[in-house]
Amino acid sequence: MVLAFVDLDAGSLTPSATETLTLARELASTRGEPLRAMTFDDSGRHDDAPTAAELTTYGVVRWFRVAHPLLDAYSPELWGAASAQLVRTLAPSAVVASAGDRTTEVMAQTAARLDLPLAANCTTITATASGDEWRLTRVRNGGMLLEDAELVASTALFTVAAGAIEPAPASVVGDLTTETFSPVLDDTLPHARVIERTTRGDGVTLASARVVVSGGRGVGGADGFAPLEELAELVGGAVGCSRVATNNGWRPHRDQVGQTGTKVNPDLYIACGISGATQHWVGCMGAKHILAINTDPDAPLVSRATYAVIGDVGEVVPAVVAEIRRRTPSPLPLPAPGVGADGHDGDRPDL
Amino acid sequence: MRILVCVKRVPASGGAPQLNADGLDVRHLAFTVSPHEECAIEEAVRLVAEHGGSVTVLTVGPVEADEQLRYAISMGADDGVLVDTGTGELDPQATAAVIVDAVGDLETAAGPFDLMFFGNESPDAGHYQVGVRVAVATGRPMVGGVKGIEVDPGLSRVRLRRDVPAGVEVYETPLPAAVAVKEGLNLPRYPSMRGRLRARKASATVVRAAVSAGGLRKVRLRLPEEKQSETVLLGHGAAAAPAVVDVLQELEVL
Ligand SMILES: Cc1cc2nc3c(=O)[nH]c(=O)nc-3n(C[C@H](O)[C@H](O)[C@H](O)COP(=O)(O)OP(=O)(O)OC[C@H]3O[C@@H](n4cnc5c(N)ncnc54)[C@H](O)[C@@H]3O)c2cc1C
Ligand SMILES: Nc1ncnc2c1ncn2[C@@H]1O[C@H](COP(=O)(O)O)[C@@H](O)[C@H]1O
Repeated sequence: MVLAFVDLDAGSLTPSATETLTLARELASTRGEPLRAMTFDDSGRHDDAPTAAELTTYGVVRWFRVAHPLLDAYSPELWGAASAQLVRTLAPSAVVASAGDRTTEVMAQTAARLDLPLAANCTTITATASGDEWRLTRVRNGGMLLEDAELVASTALFTVAAGAIEPAPASVVGDLTTETFSPVLDDTLPHARVIERTTRGDGVTLASARVVVSGGRGVGGADGFAPLEELAELVGGAVGCSRVATNNGWRPHRDQVGQTGTKVNPDLYIACGISGATQHWVGCMGAKHILAINTDPDAPLVSRATYAVIGDVGEVVPAVVAEIRRRTPSPLPLPAPGVGADGHDGDRPDL
Repeated sequence: MRILVCVKRVPASGGAPQLNADGLDVRHLAFTVSPHEECAIEEAVRLVAEHGGSVTVLTVGPVEADEQLRYAISMGADDGVLVDTGTGELDPQATAAVIVDAVGDLETAAGPFDLMFFGNESPDAGHYQVGVRVAVATGRPMVGGVKGIEVDPGLSRVRLRRDVPAGVEVYETPLPAAVAVKEGLNLPRYPSMRGRLRARKASATVVRAAVSAGGLRKVRLRLPEEKQSETVLLGHGAAAAPAVVDVLQELEVL
């Protein structure tokens, strides 16, 4: 059997869980094995019917709800110990999970407890019809490289990179049996547990912004970010930065785009004075369009960008801000009523 | 308190990777440790400054990884241990097993570590698991993705904060514990002149280890396909502003 570790959000499959199930079902069908699912639910929700219906759609025939009073709050060790017990009991040929923070953590705990290999961030997995050999491709260096690898194990553990698989419901669905798996857990096992959770307020975040205006070394200092903030405000976007800006204390780390910062997927990424080192590139390569503003026409980000302006960010960005103000009627009071931002009566049609 | 920080020597290049038959061509590259691990070193040094104790840095890899240990010492770590496994790449089970053995020896010699720090993931291999394997093998709880650490004054518990897509989670765990940290935890210091001098004189302990391979084997590295596109040059300097705003309007972001 192939076991999918399905992460739930208030009882519903997460988008990454549908990707995981799609890949797990393909592996199960190649091997002629059934697809089973394991879930943990710490949302306090107890209506199984909607979850069962979703799992059935994706071809799951047997569902193990892992349940124990000690699992009601997330704990890497307790969830890991429970998962390891179920995997040991079922002895599946493979366990597949998404590459989220928690799922990866629980899979690593499971792998460690059973001394099984785990391949993280896979984009493809190929099963052989039988036996314990698997071929896979996984993401390395934050997305700069791919690794082809082989995995040999009685039970192979995989996490699947987000977005690598196009989710698809099963063409044929069977009946689903639901079972509660109650692991044997001991409160004296040294463990970490969640004691507090705060939810972020709404508002534009770096990860969700439609436009990101990002600055690097070329911005020259913390003050140099003022025009970038103004531009971001005008386009309803967020401000990002490179690691040089973070390391110099010009911006907080939560603004950093890149391998060890945030990965962004905006419609437009405006990179101001950023060279485009690979570790930065992997954070912004998901953008639909990139505009690079740089004094160096040969900077890697200029070559990879959709659009480029060659010039000093300190001149270009304020000029762009002024041009936007000139063209769009501003809800903000202008320097002098009836006078354009550039100081003389402009030809702004709407004023 | 005794703190262990595990660091890995990795290529530092920001240029396009060059591949050869063995994988990444590293002949002309500089090496470093991950930003995550730099934050781990910084946090360990700060905690020891506050609570007393010592920071030991451990690396598994080629003898050249001595350079990364010295860097950690120049930041304020007390001593470095290098487990020489040569230049080949180890799978995560093998790496963890080597670290576990080394930890056993270090703890026998000088007592248990209260905290073990790892990076959230290694920047090259990115297995997301070496720390967890070491933690499980040594009976320690472990939280990953950590960007905030608060040790209680009695040194018996620690609170750990991590960002998740929905917000923030705070964890509590008894000590001894293991933690995988992310950049943003702190702003690592630049090594001082005194630190650099100390690092030059320091001698890292070098031990050799037998390695037994785990179940994951790298076959080859390759570059992902990248869609090539011509860059549209919108102009030079401030004069390009109208063309830029045209694009903003075209993309309907204004
Ligand atoms: C493991 C690892 C992880 C990393 N993670 C990240 C990460 O998450 N994010 C990240 O950003 N980096 C990361 N880095 C660092 C990365 O390698 C680069 O060092 C960094 O991205 C460079 O930042 P930068 O482009 O601002 O600076 P530089 O590379 O110094 O580039 C500055 C650019 O500004 C241009 N410029 C200069 N003056 C002006 C001006 N007046 N007007 C316009 N342009 C100007 C220059 O031509 C140049 O192209 C990581 C490195 C490692 C080893
Ligand atoms: N060769 C190594 N030597 C020392 N520590 C390592 C090594 N490989 C991995 N680690 C530690 O384990 C963390 C996670 O690595 P990984 O599981 O490869 O993503 C790294 O950030 C390091 O702290």
